Amino acid sequence: MTIPVLPNDYAAYPDASGRFGDYGGRYVPETLMPLVHELEAAYRAAKADPAFQAELSGFLKHYVGRPSPLYFAERLTDHFGGAKIYFKREELNHTGSHKINNCMGQILLARRMGKTRIIAETGAGQHGVASATVCARFGLPCIVYMGAVDVERQKPNVFRMNLLGAQVEAVTSGSATLKDAMNEALRDWVTNVHDTYYMIGTAAGMHPYPEMVRDFQSVIGQETRAQILEIEGRLPDAVVACVGGGSNAIGIFHPFLNDESVKLYGIEAAGEGMESGRHAAAINGGQPGVLHGNMTYLLQDSAGQITEAHSISAGLDYPGIGPEHSWLHDVGRAKYLTATDAESLDAFKLCAELEGILPAIETAHALARLSDVAKEVGKGGIVVVNMSGRGDKDVATVAAHLGRSI
Amino acid sequence: MTKARIEARFAALKAEDRAAFVTYVMAGDPDYATSLEIVKGLPGAGADVIEIGFPFSDPMAEGPPIQRAALRALDKGMTLARTLELVAEFRQGDQTTPIIMMGYANPLVRWGYDAFARDAAAAGVDGLIAVDIPPEEADPLADALDAADLSLIRLATPTSDDARLKIVVRRTSGFVYYVSVAGVTGVKEAEADVVAPHVLRVRAASGLPVSVGFGIKTPERAAAIAKVADGVVVGSALVDEVAAALAVNESVTARVLSKVESLAKAISTARAHPVSA
Ligand SMILES: Cc1ncc(COP(=O)(O)O)c(C=O)c1O
Repeated sequence: MTIPVLPNDYAAYPDASGRFGDYGGRYVPETLMPLVHELEAAYRAAKADPAFQAELSGFLKHYVGRPSPLYFAERLTDHFGGAKIYFKREELNHTGSHKINNCMGQILLARRMGKTRIIAETGAGQHGVASATVCARFGLPCIVYMGAVDVERQKPNVFRMNLLGAQVEAVTSGSATLKDAMNEALRDWVTNVHDTYYMIGTAAGMHPYPEMVRDFQSVIGQETRAQILEIEGRLPDAVVACVGGGSNAIGIFHPFLNDESVKLYGIEAAGEGMESGRHAAAINGGQPGVLHGNMTYLLQDSAGQITEAHSISAGLDYPGIGPEHSWLHDVGRAKYLTATDAESLDAFKLCAELEGILPAIETAHALARLSDVAKEVGKGGIVVVNMSGRGDKDVATVAAHLGRSI
Repeated sequence: MTKARIEARFAALKAEDRAAFVTYVMAGDPDYATSLEIVKGLPGAGADVIEIGFPFSDPMAEGPPIQRAALRALDKGMTLARTLELVAEFRQGDQTTPIIMMGYANPLVRWGYDAFARDAAAAGVDGLIAVDIPPEEADPLADALDAADLSLIRLATPTSDDARLKIVVRRTSGFVYYVSVAGVTGVKEAEADVVAPHVLRVRAASGLPVSVGFGIKTPERAAAIAKVADGVVVGSALVDEVAAALAVNESVTARVLSKVESLAKAISTARAHPVSA
């Protein structure tokens, strides 16, 4: 790895070959390369087309329910006794998470490209539900690959997908979680190259997905920036988000990248604890390598085999991270911290009790580091946390960990 | 040797008007010793070129047979380093059969391209197929392989149009691997009449021999492909024999090599005795 040169425009990446510094790229089998180029060209054209952007804005407003509120979490602020805490309320979006922002963008692109069959991978099921939703809305068949372990722990979302008309394929290969679902989706894509659009659910995978998903999710940060300027008359001191593949985090970070006064914190899943080795923290516990089409930090052994991720949260249970985060980490623009399963469960309960909001267990990882960040920023400061999803899907998991049956 | 060994083998077969039989086996499947025994037996059973898979935990272009083979090998502790040891052991007894390593980027990235190329050449490897390193990402790898005089063998596919083919064949040597079906290994079957015009296209674009693989399982199909291509690659059907032998507690080596023999016979006689329609 080369010593990173600090850029003067953080927002200018990726470069033409899909790189964020050393990270990113297009490491896919040759069969897929022409499709990846086709997708990139189609996305460039759509991005520059005011009609596409207008259509997307219309659906985001009237179907997704944007803009989402920026809410002052007064009781949590008092509880921590540090900086003022704001929630960016992505859990209020249609389908209950930020995932729909990306799906809406991608389904409009798929239609524009004339694709007639949609495939997706999902971990927590939130991206699967969002994919199934937009496919129902636009009348396209939807196949969702989901690890068999996740099918078990996210049953309500599996049923929701079925109700929306999607076919859920339980994946039993490998560790039967999100990475294996992604392998299976890629195998489907390589087999059905003519009609199929692969709707990746996070800012990872091969170029152009990390850029495209980030762009579709950047609406979160753009709104946040405008809202905090309106409410507080200034930018926040820190922005905090949980990181699985990294889409909600990059979505809220990106419009602040060049505001160097705004500290950016991504929270990885520490599972049973970093020292236990059973975690899902690619940056804090991994090394750079190649998986699912991109060079990025990965959980792996010394021989380059991918090792299994462990997290209470199906949506964070992934051994990699989007390449832009790997780069932001190396150049020092964002900091990546971790939260354990237990800390996240505590944060889940605290948020429910003090704010009347059940956060997704993924989001609870970001909440778990909030008190540290709020204290570090201090009184008079402002911290925004991305409330990436709601926790209704997680009540069974939480009950099990609390030793209760429902 | 290295590049020269591949070129010599294809040239000799061409002179005999015979297609190369390219066999794929997974290093360490079902264990190191057995896979070494299989590899040592391949030339005698009729293999002209040997592809040795090095296992990866997440092989995105493989169907179930090779996925399972990789898992069997990984369960027994197989690594890229041990794969090179296996090649070196094979080379002690065979100086002429080309060995092509085939696998995924991450173990190579972890090793370092330059170190890998140097160590692979020293072990007696002749070429490399890196399934998930397309031309767009391959320059650093190609530089390393060039420095060690190893061939980078590229995949051309049904999605490669003429413009793409030009890019695919750049910096390729030895032969080109034509992936006969859009899909993963070991699922769809290749049709010789569909494949034939593509072989001509790839040969014209590259000036290299073209071996066809993915979806060739039976002697009949292997013979049909042998009539239209310079090489016939069989992989999933061989690793399936490993699985089948394990399931019934038979000798894995005997079972794999007997499959190789039947395929080799079909391929070597294909052009001499055209199968009547
Ligand atoms: C609510 C919620 N937040 C976060 C994530 C993690 O994904 P990402 O890092 O792409 O935002 C998920 C994934 O399923 C999710 O459902």
